[in-house]
Amino acid sequence: MLDSRRAGPVKTSARGDRVFQIVITAFAVSIPLLLVIIAISIGLAAWPALSSSGLSFLTGSKWDVAAGEFGAAPAIYGTVVSSALALIIATPLALGVSIFLSEIAPKWLRQPIGFLVDLLAAIPSVVYGLWGIFVLIPILRDPVAPFLKDTLKLGSTPLFSGPNYGYSMFAAGIILAIMILPFISAVTREVLLAVPRSQREAALALGATRWEMIRDAVIPYARSGIIGGIILGLGRALGETMAVTMLIGNRPEISASLFAPGYTMASLIANEFSEATNDAHLSALMAVGAVLFVVTLIVNALARWLVWRVTKGGAR
Amino acid sequence: MLGLTYVAAIIATLPLLFIIFHLLRQGATFLRPSFFTEMPKPMGEAGGGMANAIVGTLILIGTASILGLPIGIGAGLYLADRRGSPLATIVRFLSDVLNGLPSIVLGIFAWEFLVRPFGGFSALAGGMALGAMMIPLVTRTTEEMIRLVPASLREAALALGYTRWRTSVSIVLRTALPGIVTGALVAIARIAGETAPLLFTALGNQFWSTALREPIAALPLQIFAYAISPYETAHAQAWAGALVLIAIVLIISLIARYATRARYAGGGD
Repeated sequence: MLDSRRAGPVKTSARGDRVFQIVITAFAVSIPLLLVIIAISIGLAAWPALSSSGLSFLTGSKWDVAAGEFGAAPAIYGTVVSSALALIIATPLALGVSIFLSEIAPKWLRQPIGFLVDLLAAIPSVVYGLWGIFVLIPILRDPVAPFLKDTLKLGSTPLFSGPNYGYSMFAAGIILAIMILPFISAVTREVLLAVPRSQREAALALGATRWEMIRDAVIPYARSGIIGGIILGLGRALGETMAVTMLIGNRPEISASLFAPGYTMASLIANEFSEATNDAHLSALMAVGAVLFVVTLIVNALARWLVWRVTKGGAR
Repeated sequence: MLGLTYVAAIIATLPLLFIIFHLLRQGATFLRPSFFTEMPKPMGEAGGGMANAIVGTLILIGTASILGLPIGIGAGLYLADRRGSPLATIVRFLSDVLNGLPSIVLGIFAWEFLVRPFGGFSALAGGMALGAMMIPLVTRTTEEMIRLVPASLREAALALGYTRWRTSVSIVLRTALPGIVTGALVAIARIAGETAPLLFTALGNQFWSTALREPIAALPLQIFAYAISPYETAHAQAWAGALVLIAIVLIISLIARYATRARYAGGGD
C-alpha cells in the first residue's frame, strides 16, 4: 500500500492544523507519561519497605503482619507455581486448537469455534471466581483429587500429598489455564496464519503428509511467535487477581503440594490491602505491587518482541 | 497426531459452555425482576436486588469512557498519521505494555494517586482507573481502523482545499467511525467486569449513591462480596448478579462483533 498521506499538498498556513497536531500529539504522549507516573508513584510508595528490608524482602519466607515481618517469597513462589501450572495445561490446548483452526478445520467450523474460544477472554475474572468456588472446586474435591491420589497413585509424590480442601494452588492453576487459553490461542492462530503459503506448498510438494508439513514447515517458521503468545499468556497469568484470590486459599506458606492453599502477589495485595492500616504494611504491599509491575513489564516486552518478529514481514 | 488437535478443540470449547450453562441455570433460578429495582438486603437475608450496583457500573463505565475514549482515539489518530516516526513506535510499544499491565497494579496506583491524596474512595477514582485501562485498547483499534481508510479519500479532501485537520476529522475519522465505535465497545466490554482496580478506588457501597465523589457500588464488587460470604442467600444473589454482568458484557461484545462483520462484508478493503 502506498503511503500517499505525506505526499498530499501541505498547508502549513492553517493555524487549525498546528493546534490539531499539538492536541493529538499530547494524547499520544499521555500514554508513555501515564506509564512513567505509574512507575514513579508505585516505586515511591514501595521504597520504605524495599529500603528497610532490602533483598530479604524478596527472599524472606515469613509474611507476618502483626510482627511487622514482610517476606514476599511465599507470594512470589505461589505466583510462579500457579502460572507454571496454568501454562502447562493451557499451552498444549491452545496450540492444538490453533493448529486445528488454521490448518485442519473446514471453513464453516473455523468461525464458530474461534469465536467460542475468544469469548473465554470476555468473561470477567470475578465470574470465573464465582464459577470456580461453586462448580470447579467441588469437582476437584471429589472426582479429581481422589482420582489423582488413589487411582493414579500420585498421593505419595510431594506434588499431590496432603489433604485437599478445594481452595488450593491446584484450583488456581486450573482456572488460570482456562483464563489464559484465549490469549495464547489468539496469538498462535495469528502467527500460524502468517506462515506463507509457499512454505506449506513446498513441504507438500516434497511428499510430506499434512502432519509432517505442520510439524516441519509451519511450526518451525512460526516458532518465535508461538513462544511470544505463550509468554503473553504468562503475563496474564502472573497478574490475574480476582479469580485467583477467590480460589487459592490465601495463606502465606510455601508448600510443595499443589493441594495446599497458597498466595500469589496479586491475591496478596487484593486480600490484605483493605486491612492494611499501618504504613509498613501498606508499603510492603506496594512493594509487592512494584515487583509484579516490573516482572509483567519484562514478560510483556519480551512477548511483544517475539510476536513482532514473526508477524512483521508476514501476512500484514 | 492430527486427531489430537480435534480433542484440543473440543476441550478448549468445553469450559465456556460449562460456565454459560451454570450461569444460566443458577442465575435464572435466582434472578427476579426485583433484582433490577430493589436495593441489596443485609447479608444473610433473602431477596433484595442490586439496583444500586447496576447503576453504579453504568456510571463507572460512563466516567471511564469520558477519560479513555478521547485519549485513545486521539493517540490512535496520531499513530496512524505519523506511522513511522520514532515517537509513534515508542507510543505503540508502550501502549501494548500498558495493555498487559495487571489491573491490580493500576488499582494500587489509582489508590496512591487518586484516592489517598484526595481523602477517600470515590466513583471518580474508579472510573479513571478503568478509563486508563481503556486507553491502549482504543488506541490500537483506532489506529488500525484509520489505516483502512482509502488514501484516495484523504487526497480528494486535500485536493478540494480542506485543511489537514478538517480532513482528519470530517473525512478520515468519519469514515473510520463504525470501526472505532466497535473498538470502543470492545474496550467497554472489557472494563465492565473489572473488579481488582475497583477494590481500591470505588470500594463499593451498600446504599444508593450516584455521587462521583463518594464510594459507589458496582456489579463485579457486589458479586465478589457475595460469592465469598458464608450465606446461601448471598450466593444466590451472586449468581444472579453474574448472569446480569455477563449478559451486559456479552451483548456489548456481540454488538461489536456484528458491527465489525457487517463492515468487513460490505467493505472494500
